[in-house]
Amino acid sequence: MSSTIINEVRRGFYLDSVALMRFSRAIASLDGIEEAALMMASPSNRQIMADAGLLDATSDGAEGGDLIIGIRAVNAEAAETARAEANLLLDTPTGAQGEGQSWRPKSLRAAVKARPDANLALISVAGDFAAAEARKALRRGLHVMMFSDNVSIADELALKREAQSLGLLVMGPDCGTAIINGTPLAFANKVTDGDIGVIGASGTGTQEITCLISQGGGGISHAIGVGGRDLKDEIGGITTLMALDALDADPKTRHIVLISKPPAAAVAARVVERIAASQKTFTVCFIGAESWQLPDNASLALSLKAAAEQALGGRALFADFQAGALAQPAPAAKVRGLFSGGTLCAEVQTLFKAAGEQVMSNAAIPGVLDLAAPADAHKIIDLGSDEYTQGRPHPMIDPSVRDQALQDAIKDKSVGVILLDVVIGYGAHNDPAGHLVDSLGTALAGDTLIIASVTGTDADPQNRRGQITKLQAAGILVAPCNADATVLALACIRLNR
Amino acid sequence: MPELTRYMEPTMENNKVTNLLTDPLDVINIGLEGFATELKQQGVAVTHVDWSPPAAGDPKIADLLSKLGT
Amino acid sequence: MQLIENANQEAVTRMLSADPVLIDVIPASEAIPALKDHMILHAGPPVAWADMCGPMQGAIAGIAVFEGWASDLEDAAAKAATGAFDFHPNHHFDAVGPMTGMTTLSQPLMVVENRTYKNRAYCALNEGLGKVMRFGGNDASVLARLAWLRDSFGPAVGRALRSGDGIPLKHLIARGLTMGDEMHQRNVACSGLLLRELAPALARTADDNDELAKALAFIGGNDQFFLNVAMAMGKSIMDPVRNIHGSSIVTAMCRNGTDFGIRVSGTGDTWFTAPVEMPEGLYFPGFTEADANPDMGDSTIVETIGLGGFAMGASPAVAGFVGAGAASEAGNFTRTMSEIAAGENPEWTIPAMDYLGVPTGIDIRLVLETGLAPTINTGIAHREPGVGQVGAGVVRAPMKCFEGALIALAESVGVK
Repeated sequence: MSSTIINEVRRGFYLDSVALMRFSRAIASLDGIEEAALMMASPSNRQIMADAGLLDATSDGAEGGDLIIGIRAVNAEAAETARAEANLLLDTPTGAQGEGQSWRPKSLRAAVKARPDANLALISVAGDFAAAEARKALRRGLHVMMFSDNVSIADELALKREAQSLGLLVMGPDCGTAIINGTPLAFANKVTDGDIGVIGASGTGTQEITCLISQGGGGISHAIGVGGRDLKDEIGGITTLMALDALDADPKTRHIVLISKPPAAAVAARVVERIAASQKTFTVCFIGAESWQLPDNASLALSLKAAAEQALGGRALFADFQAGALAQPAPAAKVRGLFSGGTLCAEVQTLFKAAGEQVMSNAAIPGVLDLAAPADAHKIIDLGSDEYTQGRPHPMIDPSVRDQALQDAIKDKSVGVILLDVVIGYGAHNDPAGHLVDSLGTALAGDTLIIASVTGTDADPQNRRGQITKLQAAGILVAPCNADATVLALACIRLNR
Repeated sequence: MPELTRYMEPTMENNKVTNLLTDPLDVINIGLEGFATELKQQGVAVTHVDWSPPAAGDPKIADLLSKLGT
Repeated sequence: MQLIENANQEAVTRMLSADPVLIDVIPASEAIPALKDHMILHAGPPVAWADMCGPMQGAIAGIAVFEGWASDLEDAAAKAATGAFDFHPNHHFDAVGPMTGMTTLSQPLMVVENRTYKNRAYCALNEGLGKVMRFGGNDASVLARLAWLRDSFGPAVGRALRSGDGIPLKHLIARGLTMGDEMHQRNVACSGLLLRELAPALARTADDNDELAKALAFIGGNDQFFLNVAMAMGKSIMDPVRNIHGSSIVTAMCRNGTDFGIRVSGTGDTWFTAPVEMPEGLYFPGFTEADANPDMGDSTIVETIGLGGFAMGASPAVAGFVGAGAASEAGNFTRTMSEIAAGENPEWTIPAMDYLGVPTGIDIRLVLETGLAPTINTGIAHREPGVGQVGAGVVRAPMKCFEGALIALAESVGVK
């Protein structure tokens, strides 16, 4: 079968050779086209086209300023189609070819160069690399929020010392939550702006407190995360003390809430000393600690809810919530807590302990049994701890981490109540309540009670009210906060006895 | 035990933290892109770094890079 | 490491303070006294005859015939195989050459003097488009053109240049960047600017109007004429940057069609090589990737000084060569390359990028840290000798070169 060659000459039609090469490729790739080229008719180009078997007599008279369309096709029809297409390409102004792909820096160095006014690096790369990136950020004058975990304590100390000498703040590592001037960073909620500052060693604790304050009519000036180890001896509270300085000096902040696990004694002493030196008032929640020596301008809160209430000036939250009225008799005596938020898990343990219940946990607070203990106790599980998240996303991002544990708890005849948290806000799964309901499936038909609370606000992307409605529609008992959910769970198992 | 941080009156240096609380946030995001997307949606200035591990994860080269510094 | 920062600062200072001037065209035998009979300088790092790609062997056969060292191409190839010729990289003799980069005794070389550092660098004259020796072309027409360059054109341009103070290149490049050249795949503006500078002196020193007209037409008809000038200029700028203890700045990048090689200031004259990659780009009609030769040439010296792929933002038309990139994205290449550069050139700026200076001084540490290999704009040769150019595109420097260099640099500063 012989090929069809057609040529067309466009007199005095100039296009850059690069543009023509791109057109040539487009035409050559059409169906039925063996070879095609659009070229200016210079002698060297004509030679190339001749060598490629693309020229016929039509183009004999073409000169340097003319454009030759040369097409070799399997048949005349394909050739004509290609000729039409070539002319269309030539006559269509290219203009902007859609959204140009915008440049993205590959390195912190380049990003800072492009944004000389940048003031905060939010770092969430794998732990092995996080310290190096944080160091680069500090040396370029940026404050740092390290979401990354698995950073060595030696690196943490070195970074925080360097930051301190530079007057810069290192929030983290393993800092999940911060709100700076109304902006939620990483895992945080859209809360009301206000005059209460929060310093949190715990991400979900900070989320719960800021949301409760917001729901209670108060507002947040800033929430500064310090990382889970800042108040340990090894770090000495470097970030906490710097945050205290900053919030103390901040005219927008009237009252300061400090939330952490009980700190090392020597570190606590410095923190307390710093609090005593302030003119402002403080609420301190060392979750798990029942008493602490504090100066006159500070009060201790036993739970996250109590901390929010104290920060609100003693205003009771959710006074119309009656656990007794909502409670149903639990079909069995034990509570299984399945938490995505570590501090929410700790708050439950605190409240169970205070109620005289025996509790065990994989993230036990002081006075609570380890999960391995040979005891018949309520099991309150932190699903965000390492044994569940190794190589998997955190349950706040991927709630399916909880699915299997939930099914196991439903099948466990000793479990009468399953107690859950649903944490929403920026960073979190886009519909954790929906996922929870879906994963329960028909299991809800069983008589195990499921009690939950939603940490978040109605301004969050997931909308707290909508999440609550989904849970309630599925028969889940929803309390207004984690502490109230705990009280409700306790009421349900007491009805069982 | 490492030396503990002593409480100091806020100095000029320390005021940088105060600036963080008062100046408009301008974030460089390194890691999870979702964080940058959410900040952008809120109208916060954010630059996402298209990060990859140094030396494409080669530990020997990465170690030398950290020592030779950039 | 402070030692490295200081050394790199010095390297960038030397690059930016260079004052390259095109001063002459003289036979290679005069320019490079160490160049002897039967010696053939080629592009890229050292390579043995047996390891050379088709176009390189083709060019060597052609140049051997041209120099009268062989009776014909077959004879030349046979002699080459039995060690009749000494092969050396251009870079070892203050020279550079595009693609195959043939440099032998009788060829006319352009001389660029870096007046700040008093060093000179050399590059052969650009042969034009079509079938040419730099792409491995070696037939009678190729050799005839080389003879004309040797006997007529080269001496004429040399006379013209010697009649004045030479042509300063720094400002010419600055203007070319504002006119859409990146000095590797696009040299239209600079070739024109050079012709404008050169024409009066050529006319003044000409003894034959026909030859003058031929010379003017040759430059005017070759959009890439300036490439070889830019290369000699690049070499003259980078040579004084060699051997700064601790510096992680790349002083040369080149390829011989088999290997890609780099040199780094702090590690002196050592080549760090890796197999060269295939360019990605657009092909002339009738040719495809299957016809392409792996990347070749010393022309990557222009990227080393911040032009070519590094100055893509100045040359949106060339961005089309990438195959995927829209012209509006040309600036992204330059921005990306500034991530691996120690500094910017305040005199060589890109208007469309708010006068961003071209990225200057490739830092091997930044290359490895970001994983961003230098982007090089290149011509694509046919894999068979004698066919010529079949396309143009982009190629990336292999990471392995930079890894080897980093290990050696660490050793040189006592870091393990």
